[in-house]
Amino acid sequence: MSNTTVRAALRDAMAEEMRLNKDVFLIGEEVAYYNGAYKVSQGLLADFGEERVIDTPITEMGFAGIGVGSAMMGLRPIVEFMTFNFAMQAIDHIINSAAKTLYMSGGQINCPIVFRGPNSVPRKVAAQHSQCFASWYAHCPGLKVVAPYTAAEAKGLLKSAIRDDNPVVFLEHEMLYGKSFDIPDGINELLPLDRAIVMREGCDVTITAFSISVDYALEAAKILQDECGISAEVINLISLRPLDVDAVVASVRKTNRILNVEEGWMSCGIGSEIISLVVENAFDYLDCEPRRIATADVPMPYSGKLEQLALPNAHKIAEMAKQMCGRG
Amino acid sequence: MGGLSAEVALGLYRKMVLARLFEEKAAELYTLGHISGFCHLYIGQEAVVVAVVHNLLAQDSVVTSYRDHAHMLTLGVSPNAVMSELCGKAIGCSKGKGGSMHMYSREHNFFGGNGIVGAQVPIGTGLAFAHKYKKDGGISATFFGDGAANQGQVYEAFNMAALWKLPVLFVLENNHYAMGTAAIRSVSGKTLKTRGDPFGIPTICVDGMDLLDVLSKSRDAIERVRTSSEPVILHVDTYRYRGHSMSDPATYRTRAEVENVKKTRDPIVRFKNNLVNEKLADIEMLDKIEEEVADIVEDAAKFAIDAPFPDDRELETDVVL
Repeated sequence: MSNTTVRAALRDAMAEEMRLNKDVFLIGEEVAYYNGAYKVSQGLLADFGEERVIDTPITEMGFAGIGVGSAMMGLRPIVEFMTFNFAMQAIDHIINSAAKTLYMSGGQINCPIVFRGPNSVPRKVAAQHSQCFASWYAHCPGLKVVAPYTAAEAKGLLKSAIRDDNPVVFLEHEMLYGKSFDIPDGINELLPLDRAIVMREGCDVTITAFSISVDYALEAAKILQDECGISAEVINLISLRPLDVDAVVASVRKTNRILNVEEGWMSCGIGSEIISLVVENAFDYLDCEPRRIATADVPMPYSGKLEQLALPNAHKIAEMAKQMCGRG
Repeated sequence: MGGLSAEVALGLYRKMVLARLFEEKAAELYTLGHISGFCHLYIGQEAVVVAVVHNLLAQDSVVTSYRDHAHMLTLGVSPNAVMSELCGKAIGCSKGKGGSMHMYSREHNFFGGNGIVGAQVPIGTGLAFAHKYKKDGGISATFFGDGAANQGQVYEAFNMAALWKLPVLFVLENNHYAMGTAAIRSVSGKTLKTRGDPFGIPTICVDGMDLLDVLSKSRDAIERVRTSSEPVILHVDTYRYRGHSMSDPATYRTRAEVENVKKTRDPIVRFKNNLVNEKLADIEMLDKIEEEVADIVEDAAKFAIDAPFPDDRELETDVVL
């Protein structure tokens, strides 16, 4: 057993894959000499040199397109966005150039590329730097979309993403970079990109979540158990495209209640899709209406007080779950 | 004739005629309803791709805009595969899933075909990045038009190509109309010839209606890109005879303007005259080539019309689900 941060796990994943395959390189703003805006690429320049750890100008659309072109020629770029907020400048290349080309070329040209960086709300940076893009990318065929929570997930999923022959959108969270997790020794480090994980078993209500929302869900589950003996099952979705329908449905068949939590906006969010899938696949098993907890339907306010009000948290989840179980 | 042998010269003539006759046939099939959607014809600009591709090596890569049929044909993709793709058939180069704007050939290092104006410029720069990274000696020929030249991402790509010394030839095909907007109405400073200057990227200007001019100057440009591993812009003065796409009647320019270019600058007529004047060919030989190409094109049209549409099972292949 070793204890490591999500930040170090991500770096280790990149370093290991770069050592294994010389076609893997890292490109983005401040990834080399600055060691990453959030220090995720700490030490990689020293290990692999300027040819493989490449600082770009501030030019998201340009370097995303360059990454895609190089991937079409068979390289395996890891494109780091300083945050996914800035990837909106580059989203044309993520969707139109990377995701669609295999199909448009009748299977001739694939694009083995990873677009990664912090997503969602890093706290007190206001509207333009606080947005979850999970549902944007999860909407688009041709992409795989994953969001790790633990350090082991961060490492195992990033290694799999780098080896995948398709474009992968890899959504990290700044608030998790410094969080430490135990990583068991001797386990297979590669993780499948399309599987959810049951983080805590329960029988009264299923709470689905991804990324930092898993933290809130686990805390809520503890509150529910301690305060009123409600047994919540927490599912860490991990993969947002494709969603692991089987895992969610199996859980709902057991608990008969589903509550999704996300830091994105509610409208057309991941929760909308989860609930649609549950209604389509497990309608008869539901004992109460499916529910969603999401960020308030406003651009993120700066003031910490208002921001707290806008974001999901364990308390909001626990209250909602109590209502669903008739204990509200 | 720039030291061209008769055999090579006739080969180039054949390629220009193929591009021309193929697209005239495509226009016909469009009118008949065999081809639908967007279909952008290259007619008038044939000398550009034929000359540039002639100077490339097998390891080089090519990318262009949605006006891509001539690029496919010139690189050696079969007219049957291209016409079948236009008709949405299973045997098309993209299995009928791409259509006019999305043609590719991995075998010929042709990476599209791109329906987003200007997006191919960072992609082409990425191809050059890969050539340099792999040290394979290749360069990227990245074609784009005067319309794309006003997209911001083109300059993001110029900046990094110059900064990182990437082996990319930017072929700026200035046909003077970005869809219906004349360059004089969309280009500040009235010229695109200086757009590389702030980045220190040299620009070589050619007459795109003169195959020999494009041949000799693109040879120099490609040599420079390959030996220096630095970007060069080839600014090509050219002209498209047809509308922006099949649905465009091109009322934004006078018929007289188009007729005047056809009469005085047509690249095929011009090269034909060069060949005859230099006694590399006589009219009969050239007529015979045209007849042979017309037969190939006719066969391609028949082949494409008769070919089956994709199987329903193809709907969900070639994509990660």
